[in-house]
Amino acid sequence: MKFSQEFEQRFADMLTHYPTKRSALVPTLLYAQDEAGALTDEVIVELAQRLDLTELEVRNVISYYSMLTTKPRGKYNVQVCTNIACMLRGGEELLNHCQKKLGIGHKGTTQDGLFSLEEVECIGACSWAPAVQVNYDFHENLTVDKMDQVLDEYKKKGTM
Amino acid sequence: MASLVSHPDEVRVISKRFGQGATDIDRYLQLDGYKAVQKALSMQPDAIINEVKNSGLRGRGGAGFSTGMKWSFVPKQSAKPKYVLCNGDESEPGTCKDRLIFEHDPHSVIEGVMIAAIAVQSHTGYIYIRGEYRYLSVIMQKAIKDAYAKGFLGKNIFGSGYDLDIYWHGGAGAYEVGEESALMESLEGKRGVPRIRPPFPAVVGLWGGPTVINNAETLAAVPHIILGGAEWYAGLGTPKNGGTRLFCLSGNLNKPGVYELPMGYNLKKMIYEVGGGIPNGRGLKAVVPGGSSTPVLLPEEIDIPMDFDSVGKAGSMLGSGGVVVLDDTTCIVNFALRTIKFYQHESCGWCIPCREGTDWLKKTLTRFHAGAGLKKDIDNIYYLSENMLGKTFCPLGDAAAMPTMAFVKKFRKEFEDHLDGKPCPFEKAADRIPAMA
Repeated sequence: MKFSQEFEQRFADMLTHYPTKRSALVPTLLYAQDEAGALTDEVIVELAQRLDLTELEVRNVISYYSMLTTKPRGKYNVQVCTNIACMLRGGEELLNHCQKKLGIGHKGTTQDGLFSLEEVECIGACSWAPAVQVNYDFHENLTVDKMDQVLDEYKKKGTM
Repeated sequence: MASLVSHPDEVRVISKRFGQGATDIDRYLQLDGYKAVQKALSMQPDAIINEVKNSGLRGRGGAGFSTGMKWSFVPKQSAKPKYVLCNGDESEPGTCKDRLIFEHDPHSVIEGVMIAAIAVQSHTGYIYIRGEYRYLSVIMQKAIKDAYAKGFLGKNIFGSGYDLDIYWHGGAGAYEVGEESALMESLEGKRGVPRIRPPFPAVVGLWGGPTVINNAETLAAVPHIILGGAEWYAGLGTPKNGGTRLFCLSGNLNKPGVYELPMGYNLKKMIYEVGGGIPNGRGLKAVVPGGSSTPVLLPEEIDIPMDFDSVGKAGSMLGSGGVVVLDDTTCIVNFALRTIKFYQHESCGWCIPCREGTDWLKKTLTRFHAGAGLKKDIDNIYYLSENMLGKTFCPLGDAAAMPTMAFVKKFRKEFEDHLDGKPCPFEKAADRIPAMA
């Protein structure tokens, strides 16, 4: 299992931050997922070994956190918030629109692997609702038209 | 990047450096940065705690507990290391304030953690930021690195002989981890399942050591209190509710945004003047005053000062400062359903009343809103909620129950309007996406 130099540097640093190795697990899982695309069996075995844990212990943690996944998502994971503040300003309409436009449902991935879609809980953009996160990037004060522009830009970027 | 707003009634303490480029450590130093911690190093630890106690600062995460009091519970002598843990797992629906602090003034959080550490004589602090806030974690990692490079962190800080390390930490998507005991579990690399108390974290916390856990906004206020003095800070707010607060205005408003207002600012004024009132000539239906877990207020209940005690007296809670405004086209049953869907999704399943309660509430409300509701469901929804109250390790069960009970109690008529196969009276009411200015 090969991770980037940056990952290895961060991981080595983190191990010096805590009295127990295990404490590095949650952030490390997320960074590993970002590089590998998903927490595959291979990634799980690797991290379990590095942190002196059993695979089961690692899987047990993965299943708790909603950002962690063992199945690959699209290159661009479109996360539409429909929680109360976004709901009041059209979050559900945005989700419906994305479903139609991308032709996929909640946790679905387009055939070309470019987009996946998720209905998510509050992402901390309530005062700029409705909001969407594509991977880690926030897109706020959206309308259906602006959402189209956002998706088109990612499509262009992804197929270049 | 979240956009900033302003209003003449704002009193800028925590947001003083927003938009000033204070993520840069040299700029932060120009703006009085790291002066408070140097002052704290020259004070007796008890004097720091007393200053914070006298300032009337209360936990900005939602519970509103006296910060100075919390610090005073940490034992002076401890065989195990003591820790300070900053809670930046901001996830309460309606709340988006810590995000701005991390984005614009990360060093103020570091400085707050440092002062808290000196006050309880701890030598290690952690700043936990939710996984979704990756760009803020990047900002924080750099800020910490810069503070080390200047010698503000590490061995012998500011030549005082005091050693202090602060580290960042990241989550991976979990509301419940915002609860203090679950936060510690998560930092220890486990599922965020809450711990039973007592013992409280101040006595047995991270890896068994005494631990102070404060919200990011609470800690960001601390340097200002040390520099400006307890009396000044307390005077900004109302009795026993010191200072200012970042109020996150959201929902059906003309000018939503995060505004820093004095504690005790009138809620009605906040909605109609600061928030610019309700768009499209619509009326006000209800206000959720402090994040999704706080009981809803009716239009006739909002002429109140926004401080912990006054909102409590009005039957709700100031919570995390997330003010969500609902206009008169909102279906309360649907709103209650969306609220409970969230808690059902976030319940860790450890405590049966919460796991089963949120699930049954979601099932019942889903059926009810779809038009298959029975008259007895209304009382059942209330009864289910009531039976979750106070029966769980962490407050997630209460957070789901309290708003649901208020929806049923205050909007029973609207629940009844959904009965007998009648469609939701608000469905497709209008264009829900308002025109943006």
